[in-house]
Amino acid sequence: MGTFIIKRLLLLIPTLIFISIVSFAIIQLPPGDYLTSYIQALEATGAIVDQATVDALVKRYGLDQPMYVQYFSWVFGMLRGDFGYSFEWNRPVSELIWNRLLLTLLISVTTLLFTWLVAFPFGVYSATHRYSFGDYLVTFLGFIGLAIPNFMLALILMWIAYSAFDLSIGGLFSPAFAEASWSFARFVDLLKHIWIPVIVVGTSGTAALIRTLRANLLDEMGKPYVVTARAKGVSERKLLFKYPLRVAMIPFVSTVGWSLPLLISGETIVAVVLNLPTTGPLLLRSLQSQDMYLAGSFIVLLSILTVIGTLISDILLAWLDPRIRS
Amino acid sequence: MFRKRREKTGSETLLVEQDASLSVSVDVEELPLEEILVASQWKLMWWKFKKHKLAVFSGILLIILYVVGAFCEFLSPYDPNEYRTRYAFAPPQLVRFAGEEGFSFRPFVYGYKSSINRETLRREYTIDKDQVYPIKFFVRGEPYKFWGIWETDIHFIGTEEGVLFLLGTDRMGRDVLSRILYGARISLSVGLFGVFLSLILGIIIGGLSGYFGGTIDMIVQRLIEFLRCIPTIPLWMALSAALPAQWPPLRVYFGVTIILSLIGWTGLARVVRSKFLSLREEEFVLAARLAGAGRMRIIVRHMVPSFLSHIIASITLAIPNMILGETSLSFLGVGLRPPVISWGVLLKEAQNVRTIALTPWLLVPGVFVIVAVLAFNFLGDGLRDAADPYVR
Repeated sequence: MGTFIIKRLLLLIPTLIFISIVSFAIIQLPPGDYLTSYIQALEATGAIVDQATVDALVKRYGLDQPMYVQYFSWVFGMLRGDFGYSFEWNRPVSELIWNRLLLTLLISVTTLLFTWLVAFPFGVYSATHRYSFGDYLVTFLGFIGLAIPNFMLALILMWIAYSAFDLSIGGLFSPAFAEASWSFARFVDLLKHIWIPVIVVGTSGTAALIRTLRANLLDEMGKPYVVTARAKGVSERKLLFKYPLRVAMIPFVSTVGWSLPLLISGETIVAVVLNLPTTGPLLLRSLQSQDMYLAGSFIVLLSILTVIGTLISDILLAWLDPRIRS
Repeated sequence: MFRKRREKTGSETLLVEQDASLSVSVDVEELPLEEILVASQWKLMWWKFKKHKLAVFSGILLIILYVVGAFCEFLSPYDPNEYRTRYAFAPPQLVRFAGEEGFSFRPFVYGYKSSINRETLRREYTIDKDQVYPIKFFVRGEPYKFWGIWETDIHFIGTEEGVLFLLGTDRMGRDVLSRILYGARISLSVGLFGVFLSLILGIIIGGLSGYFGGTIDMIVQRLIEFLRCIPTIPLWMALSAALPAQWPPLRVYFGVTIILSLIGWTGLARVVRSKFLSLREEEFVLAARLAGAGRMRIIVRHMVPSFLSHIIASITLAIPNMILGETSLSFLGVGLRPPVISWGVLLKEAQNVRTIALTPWLLVPGVFVIVAVLAFNFLGDGLRDAADPYVR
C-alpha cells in the first residue's frame, strides 16, 4: 500500500509539469496578446500611445523575453504563490482567484455528495425492482438527465422559478451578503442558494451513477455465490447488503476520479448561466479578453484540483479493492 | 435432429449450441434453424439489434434528423437569415383545421395584428381572424440554391401569402423553425465529423498502444489519463477562444470540431486498445500468424472485422458528447459564431430569464438537442448489446 501511494505521488510530478506546459501553450495560442488589444483599445478612444509607454509596458510584463524564459518565470512565480498580474482588473491574479476557486470546489464537492446520496437509493431500487414501473421511471429520468445540457437545465429551472414563484435564483449570495466577509449568517445564505447549481450540475452525474450501480448490482446478483446464499435461505436483505452491494459500490469511489473533471466542467458553464461568483464567468471573460495570467492560473489550478481528486480516489480505491494495488 | 428439437421448444427462445464457444440466442419464432446456424455474424447482430425496439426507433429518428439536416434548404419555409422588423418576437402560430368558416381539410394559420406597447416598447401580437393563410406543400417562395448548386424557389411547406411562423420568430423576426432546420445540418454534422476525426486518432494511437504494448503502451496510457483529468469545458473554452476572431465561419467550424475531437479520441483509443489486447491472444490470430500472414494482414483482415461492431457502438455513444460540446461552447459564445447557424448559436439567444419568460419558444432548439442526444444514446446502447450476439 505504501509503495502504491509513493508510486502515485511520483507520477504526479510529470503530470503537473505537463499541465503547466499545456496551460502555458494555451495562453500563448491566440495571435497577439493582451497588450496589443489594450493598446488598440486605448488608440480607439483617441488616446495617443507613444512608443516609450509601449516599451515600458512590454518590459514590465516581460513580453520581450524569449518564450522559455517567460514560461519559467511564470512557473516559478506560481510556486512562490505569485500568479502574475491581471491586465484587465489591474490587480494581482492571486487576489482574484482564491475566493472563486474555493466556491467552485465547494459546489463540486457538495454536488459529488448529492450525486452519491441520490444515486445510491435509486440505483439499488432500480436493480432490485428490475422491469417494474419504478425502474422504468428511474431509467427514463436518468436518460433525460444525461441528455439535457447543463446550461439548459439551469435556464429551465430559472424560468420555472421566475414565472411560477416570481423568484430570481441567480447568484450564490443575497445582495446583502455578496461582498460581506465570512460569517455564520453568510454561510446560511450560501446554503439557501447553493442547491440550485448543485442540482443542475449533479443531474447528469447522478444519472450515470444510477445506471452504473444498477448494471453492476444486477451482474453481481446473478453470480453463483448469491444463488448459493439464497438457496441456503439467507434473507433477501442480508443477501443484498452483505456482498453484492459492496462490490457494486466500487464505481462510487472509482468514478470520483473522472467525475471531478466533469463536475468542474459542468460548474464552469452553469456558473456563467446562473451568474455565480465562481471560476466560470471570470475564466470565460479572461479568455475572451486574453487576460493571459488570469486565464492560465485558472486552468492550471482547476486541472491541479482534478488531478488531486483523481489521486485521492485512486488511493481510496486501492484501499478498498486490494486487486488494484499490484 | 434439429427439427425435432425445434418442435419441442416451440416458439420459445432457443439456445443453439454448436460448440462450447458459440451459443447464439435468437428468437427463432419465424426463422428456420438452418438459417440461424449458417447466419453471418452481421446477420446475427442485426437480428439481435432488431429486438431492441427503442434502439431501432432511435435509429429511424436519427436518419430522419440527418435527412432534415441534408435537405434543410428545401424543408424550411424561409431563408433563416431573412429578417422582418415587423415580426420581431412573434409567437408560434397554431396550425388549425377549423375556424370561423367551418372545417377545412387544408390546415391554415391566422395572421397577426401587431402594435407597439408604449410602456414596454415591445411589439405585441394579437391573432387576426380575418387573415387566413392556408398552409400548402411545394409552394413557390424565396429563391435559394439547393446544396449551393441548383437554383430553385420551391419550399416543402409554406403559405402563398402572409406569414408562417410555426415556431415563432427571434428578436430580428427570423423564422425559428427554418433556423432550427439549418442548425440541424451544422450541429449534427459536427458530431459526425468530430467523431470521425477522433476515430482516426483513436484507432491509430489505441491500436499502436494495444498491438505493441510495452513502453509505447505506457506513454499512451499516461497521455490518456492526463487528458482525461483536465476539465473539458475550461480546456475547450480556452482552445476555442484562441481561434482568431477574423477566421471565416467554415474555418471556425473545422477548428471547433478539431478541438472537440482532440479530447474525444481518448475514449475510443481505450476501447480499441482493450479489444486489441484481448484479440491478440485469440486462437484465430495465432493461427493466422502461424499460417504466415503479415502483421498488417492480421490487423486488417482478422482483427479489425471482429471488433468493428464494438467500435461502431462506441462511436455512436461518443457522438452525443460532441453535439453537447458544440452546443455548450456556442452557447457561451466561444464556439461557432453567427452567421453560422447551429443549435448552440440559436440557444445563445435565450441566455437570460427575461427573454425566456417572454419568448419561451426560443428554447425549442434545446428540445432538438435533447432528442438527438437521447436517440444517439439509445441507438448506441442497442448497438452495444448487439455487438456481441453470442452473449445472452
